[in-house]
Amino acid sequence: MSSNSFAYNEQSGGGEATELGQEATSTISPSGAFGLFSSDMKKNEDLKQMLESNKDSAKLDAMKRIVGMIAKGKNASELFPAVVKNVASKNIEIKKLVYVYLVRYAEEQQDLALLSISTFQRALKDPNQLIRASALRVLSSIRVPIIVPIMMLAIKEASADLSPYVRKNAAHAIQKLYSLDPEQKEMLIEIIEKLLKDKSTLVAGSVVMAFEEVCPDRIDLIHKNYRKLCNLLVDVEEWGQVVIIHMLTRYARTQFVSPWREVDSLPAEPQGKPKNTGMGSLSLLQRIFPIYISSRNYVSFLGDVLEDNEKDFYDSDEEQKEKADKRKRPYAMDPDHRLLIRNTKPLLQSRNAAVVMAVAQLYWHIAPKSEAGIISKSLVRLLRSSREVQYIVLQNIATMSIQRKGMFEPYLKSFYVRSTDPTMIKILKLEILTNLANEANISTLLREFQTYVKSQDKQFAAATIQTIGRCATSITEVSDTCLNGLVCLLSNRDEIVVAESVVVIKKLLQMQPMQHGEIIKHMAKLLDSITVPVARASILWLIGENCERVPKIAPDVLRKTAKSFTSEDDLVKLQILNLGAKLYLTNSKQTKLLTQYILNLGKYDQNYDIRDRTRFIRQLIVPNEKSGALSKYAKKIFLAQKPAPLLESPFKDRDHFQLGTLSHTLNTKATGYLELSNWPEVAPDPSVRNVEVIELAKEWTPAGKAKKENPDKKFYSESEEEEDSSESSSDSESESGSESGEDGEDEEDDHSGDSAEDSGESGSEPEAGKGRAATRSRARGRGDSKDVDKEKENSKTSESSSGESSSIEESSSDSESESESESESESRKVTKEKKKKTKQERNPLTKDVSLLDLDDFNLVSTPVALPTPALSPSLIADLEGLNLSATSSVISVSTPVFVPGKTHVLLHRMSGKGLAAHYFFPRQPCIFGDKMVSVQITLNNTTDQKIENIHVGGKKLPMGMQMHVFNPIESLEPAGSITVSMGIDFCDSTQTASFQLCTKDDCFSVNIQPPVGELLLPVAMSEKDFKKEQGMLSGMNETSTMIIAAPQNFASSVILQKIVNVANVGVVPSGQDNIHRFAAKTVHSGSLMLVTVELKEGSTAQLIINTEKTVIGSVLLRELKPVLSQG
Amino acid sequence: MRGAASRTGVVATPAGGVGGGGDRVAVETQVRGWATLLSLGSCSPWTPGLQAASILPSTRAKITRFGQQPMRPHSLAPGRPLPPAGLSRAEGLSSPCGSWLTAGLCSLTTWTSSPSGHSWGPAWPPRSGLSICRGFQTEKDSLRSLTVSTMIHSLFLINSSGDIFLEKHWKSVVSRSVCDYFFEAQERATEAENVPPVIPTPHHYLLSVYRHKIFFVAVIQTEVPPLFVIEFLHRVVDTFQDYFGVCSEPVIKDNVVVVYEVLEEMLDNGFPLATESNILKELIKPPTILRTVVNTITGSTNVGDQLPTGQLSVVPWRRTGVKYTNNEAYFDVIEEIDAIIDKSGSTITAEIQGVIDACVKLTGMPDLTLSFMNPRLLDDVSFHPCVRFKRWESERILSFIPPDGNFRLLSYHVSAQNLVAIPVYVKHNISFRDSSSLGRFEITVGPKQTMGKTIEGVTVTSQMPRGVLNMSLTPSQGTHTFDPVTKMLSWDVGKINPQKLPSLKGTMSLQAGASKPDENPTINLQFKIQQLAISGLKVNRLDMYGEKYKPFKGIKYMTKAGKFQVRT
Repeated sequence: MSSNSFAYNEQSGGGEATELGQEATSTISPSGAFGLFSSDMKKNEDLKQMLESNKDSAKLDAMKRIVGMIAKGKNASELFPAVVKNVASKNIEIKKLVYVYLVRYAEEQQDLALLSISTFQRALKDPNQLIRASALRVLSSIRVPIIVPIMMLAIKEASADLSPYVRKNAAHAIQKLYSLDPEQKEMLIEIIEKLLKDKSTLVAGSVVMAFEEVCPDRIDLIHKNYRKLCNLLVDVEEWGQVVIIHMLTRYARTQFVSPWREVDSLPAEPQGKPKNTGMGSLSLLQRIFPIYISSRNYVSFLGDVLEDNEKDFYDSDEEQKEKADKRKRPYAMDPDHRLLIRNTKPLLQSRNAAVVMAVAQLYWHIAPKSEAGIISKSLVRLLRSSREVQYIVLQNIATMSIQRKGMFEPYLKSFYVRSTDPTMIKILKLEILTNLANEANISTLLREFQTYVKSQDKQFAAATIQTIGRCATSITEVSDTCLNGLVCLLSNRDEIVVAESVVVIKKLLQMQPMQHGEIIKHMAKLLDSITVPVARASILWLIGENCERVPKIAPDVLRKTAKSFTSEDDLVKLQILNLGAKLYLTNSKQTKLLTQYILNLGKYDQNYDIRDRTRFIRQLIVPNEKSGALSKYAKKIFLAQKPAPLLESPFKDRDHFQLGTLSHTLNTKATGYLELSNWPEVAPDPSVRNVEVIELAKEWTPAGKAKKENPDKKFYSESEEEEDSSESSSDSESESGSESGEDGEDEEDDHSGDSAEDSGESGSEPEAGKGRAATRSRARGRGDSKDVDKEKENSKTSESSSGESSSIEESSSDSESESESESESESRKVTKEKKKKTKQERNPLTKDVSLLDLDDFNLVSTPVALPTPALSPSLIADLEGLNLSATSSVISVSTPVFVPGKTHVLLHRMSGKGLAAHYFFPRQPCIFGDKMVSVQITLNNTTDQKIENIHVGGKKLPMGMQMHVFNPIESLEPAGSITVSMGIDFCDSTQTASFQLCTKDDCFSVNIQPPVGELLLPVAMSEKDFKKEQGMLSGMNETSTMIIAAPQNFASSVILQKIVNVANVGVVPSGQDNIHRFAAKTVHSGSLMLVTVELKEGSTAQLIINTEKTVIGSVLLRELKPVLSQG
Repeated sequence: MRGAASRTGVVATPAGGVGGGGDRVAVETQVRGWATLLSLGSCSPWTPGLQAASILPSTRAKITRFGQQPMRPHSLAPGRPLPPAGLSRAEGLSSPCGSWLTAGLCSLTTWTSSPSGHSWGPAWPPRSGLSICRGFQTEKDSLRSLTVSTMIHSLFLINSSGDIFLEKHWKSVVSRSVCDYFFEAQERATEAENVPPVIPTPHHYLLSVYRHKIFFVAVIQTEVPPLFVIEFLHRVVDTFQDYFGVCSEPVIKDNVVVVYEVLEEMLDNGFPLATESNILKELIKPPTILRTVVNTITGSTNVGDQLPTGQLSVVPWRRTGVKYTNNEAYFDVIEEIDAIIDKSGSTITAEIQGVIDACVKLTGMPDLTLSFMNPRLLDDVSFHPCVRFKRWESERILSFIPPDGNFRLLSYHVSAQNLVAIPVYVKHNISFRDSSSLGRFEITVGPKQTMGKTIEGVTVTSQMPRGVLNMSLTPSQGTHTFDPVTKMLSWDVGKINPQKLPSLKGTMSLQAGASKPDENPTINLQFKIQQLAISGLKVNRLDMYGEKYKPFKGIKYMTKAGKFQVRT
């Protein structure tokens, strides 16, 4: 209000009062300058002059003072024209401060604000992404409705920007525009849809935020991006993580079936003994191994095991009985559901409390109950942070602990109260302790409560007494102990404590209608000393209720209170009336007069409630001619058995709010709260989450053929489903590792991506409804039954048809890529066969080599169906080369230009007890897997004895890395030498692969660390393509450095030699003499790596590397630089 | 600054009081829900009661009670339809209908403030009519922006005396008066620590953190995970501290422009944008004395002239182009013991909270690995985002490209289930006698399980019961103070010499006539042990990859008391 009053006054010219106000606040102004000016007008004049001066320092000074005014909430709007002129200032700080001003006041001065728009529009076209981004940021922050179309246009453009940072800002701008003009919703949803497809981690958080603000109900937009979001999650910045996790929680609740259905169907049963077979055996196990149960991890582990294995077991059983009955079919978790749960788990280790809480609520709401246990440790850890965090976390734990005590029981002691805790924290901790109390720990807890009761914080002490009361009712074993304890407290010195005890004792006695005459007598005595109204009222009620049990005391109490009636609190007066009435009915001889006296007093009371009550009682109990039939029943009315009050947790009803939300904290629905829907009865079609790439592969299958295979579906789908889903959990690890493979696609622009998707959809639409199982079985079936020739034919036709569908096609690239892909699949065959062997013999039919086989290869992973391209990146590129227009990137691996003979020592003969090993990189595509780098190892026996059984022992690889080892060598003759090949997937990093090289007797630890240049495969490319790709990999994807060297080093042959010596790159034919270009792709992810050496005048050259893999790029740059510069 | 103007607004409303009955129906149609009840009430049989409302305060409370159920705070909850736009600031005061309504509400809320036993959850704040009335007058802005939803709308910085000394809005301006709800909560809470972190108001929610004697109050409008906002506010404070060394009111006022620039970068449209201090420092250079001097002479600026490419890189936490002549990396392993010791000296609960703080000043893009002798100890950890999680999972090695400068690499928690060594013991003998007005006080501190290290920096604090008037004590070493107002005893012990244990002995004088306090005070202990990590955690080695030079490496261990309490 105060600021407003200033605002109003100032606009009206500034009166006396305002001046005073200004004076008062100006004493705390930073520069102290305000104090110098006695009135606003003058001060602002001065600022205007400064702004108009042509010295930047004066302008800056003025702007700083203006920002100071804004910060204090003072009105500086009349300076608008003077400030806005400086929007195009060259000085960055002035510019920034003007932006601050503009965003603050543009709304009030819309016409003038328009003057600045053109500046931003210009900046939106700036080559620098950061300038583009900040222009968009300010432009969208100006809340002037007239510029909505301009903003719309800007957002549209920015959402297709090459820089992910600009796209991130576009996502932010969507929300701003939406709040400015909700009419634009439809258009904005389109942009959101587009941005959701974005694969950059920078964008993900912001666009989901925009989604939540603009169209949270359009859950259908998420389907296609679900797996991508799950996989990106770990790398998204922390704030984005929170938003995405909350969104995915809602998503999961609409798309998957409940993992705790059995428990749900038996709501009355405590969750300790669920009927469900899996869970049942879990509790059985718990009984058998009670020791392990204390460790939550173990339990959750057990849960995992049981869920995966036992389910299978029981399934097959049940399957026979009721195959048809879908509802009764045991639960098998959707792999996507599992994916989400697994991928969020690492985030429990985040330093950000909000992220941890978000994961915790996700586990709480969507994970199987047996797995939710892992969150408790992390939540307890959060209790060490600031009081605000504690407050929220404790509230959530309180809600959780009501439903699932077991989760937090091991951490009981972490909730012990310290005297230094703020009261609100103490009370929350107490709440949790009460929830966790059970027969086993109650004695410890009661001892702890005894300390709390004595606390100097009386509010807390009173809460403890209530707690003791609750424990007494919930755990019957201790109710007598508690009651005795509470009675002891009646002699406490502190009145609040005593009063609270009285109230709680009253409730307890009411619940146990036994003889407690002694306690009541004791309390009656207290009436003389106690003054707290609630307590007095409670005692009176208690005596009235038990007046027949304490026949001597009750009338005496009434006598005493009748004396003090007029000075009592209203609450007490009502109870005196009640007591009187009850005594009148039971013992009218002694108390008739007293009661009438009291009724007379009550008749003239100030409070009409008391007057009403008096009137009512009199009519009811005092028989007169007017009183009706009711008075006969007066005794029944007054002395009826009253139901005992329920002492329960105030957190009991909070669980219908999603945990971790504001609404949960407040226990009321906050604006914009989105309900968490209940689990669907039947899961919606899971195939909607399949991503285009898979459908692209599907397209290859002629529709007619698919139909023919339908019978197979039954055969496989039922029996294998369970197995697949359990398999999926193991599979997806490797898949998440390989997800980067699809990054390779990023480079293609949106247009081509769209068209690919379109064609994919059109082909697969008819079968889409049949779901994944159908696709899978179809693919499987095809793989085994068809002979090679037919397959080949099919592939030919589909290829040619897809070739036709795309209008432009370069024939050269066509043939090239075709041959390429053939070799590719050749190599795959080898890997696959290996895989098959290890996997199972169930599928004894060996696969023949064909292009289409990759569809089959696909099926190993499709059950999980992550957004992993089923095809290798290079193959995807090939496919795209086939059926997309020429605009798409053409990455085709060529043969290495040069293979350096340099070997590295793997194992020295001295340390290898005579066995020496060297390795070198042959620079060939690896035959073991297309993501692997092939390594040749030469083993030498320098001893004079045979070395037997040389093999690779234990591997110690960083996450994601994979290694294909050589077959064991039976023996190596003295002085003999043998060369073997291995494949290592380094995941595009220079991390070392450590493993053990073992002989019959010894094991030696060895390491292979790849030079960065060996993580590449050469790519053949035209100069035109190169330039285009380079154009797309500008900005943050570009690193460059200057090189100074003698001119003779810059001869083209020398450069070529030097570069290919270091890195396995392909040479791009160049039209210019002074520019050398090299192209390669990373082995693992298939990202392009473009190297340019541009010779400058004199003895300098510029080395530029463009790649999405910036880390490798910069490492490569660093390695190339010294090589090029030295003679 | 809750100016005079706002106060007059309050005075004006009751004056408008019971008049303007004719307009009631009109109001009723506009103000759904609660207003309907009020106007209904006026035609019901107990209309006389309404008139009595202006005469007898107690009766007034009674009337509103009839509307009890629907009029409970919930009916005013933010989810409800907003009051009509006609009740803008100006009209709210002048028009009869507006003032009638607000007066009615005032009385209504008076009732709400009657003590309702013990509320466990966050109490509903608008307990006095005052706030409701004002809430009405200032809703114009929020009406317009009802569809607007943004995470953090505005930020107010409030000092302990209740002045708003800085405000920043990321969207349309929210009037300062929204803070009145906060002030009420503050008054009610008696102590700053007890101000609830989440306060609902009719149309906004106030989420606050309290640090360095400043309340950072964020205004939000819609559902948002509360921890999201709280964590962000803490990050803001951390950033200020990082920028200015200390985060206090005068410092913020002196650097208001930098503060504003930083806040502008940290949030975009209420959503966090750049919260890594490395990036922020690239965008806006922290002020140093030298730079301030240079800036005033040359007129140059705090704003970085290079563009922060770090924000775009794959390691967004590290700024680019770092160069040092001395390359050094220091790691501090700091462990804090949280413990509760009972009367007899046995441990009720003890946990260790450890952190590894790093100060890394290395050129280029170093890739570090840190390994431990006994990584099994660390089973409950949280990491800085730079740590490669998968590597930790598989090998128990910390592998990371560090941010530049100071940062917290990881924090860990050794839970109560493990045995925790307690390095000190306290012998105490505190007794009050019923009869005399003197009490005895005697404590001795001694070392217990210290692994041969000396215990330093010992301080003992204790909140004495209210009945204690003064204490006359003599310490065997160190100095002690007793504040008779706050009843806080503190004894700065210093080092513990095992040969001559420090003790503090003497008498307490109690209030004459008052009964003896029923609880003995708890003793809070602070201490430090250098070169020891009490959990036994040991760093094995630190390796650097990716750069050629040899850095200087250092590691330091320290054990401190966290929340270390001894019950007596």
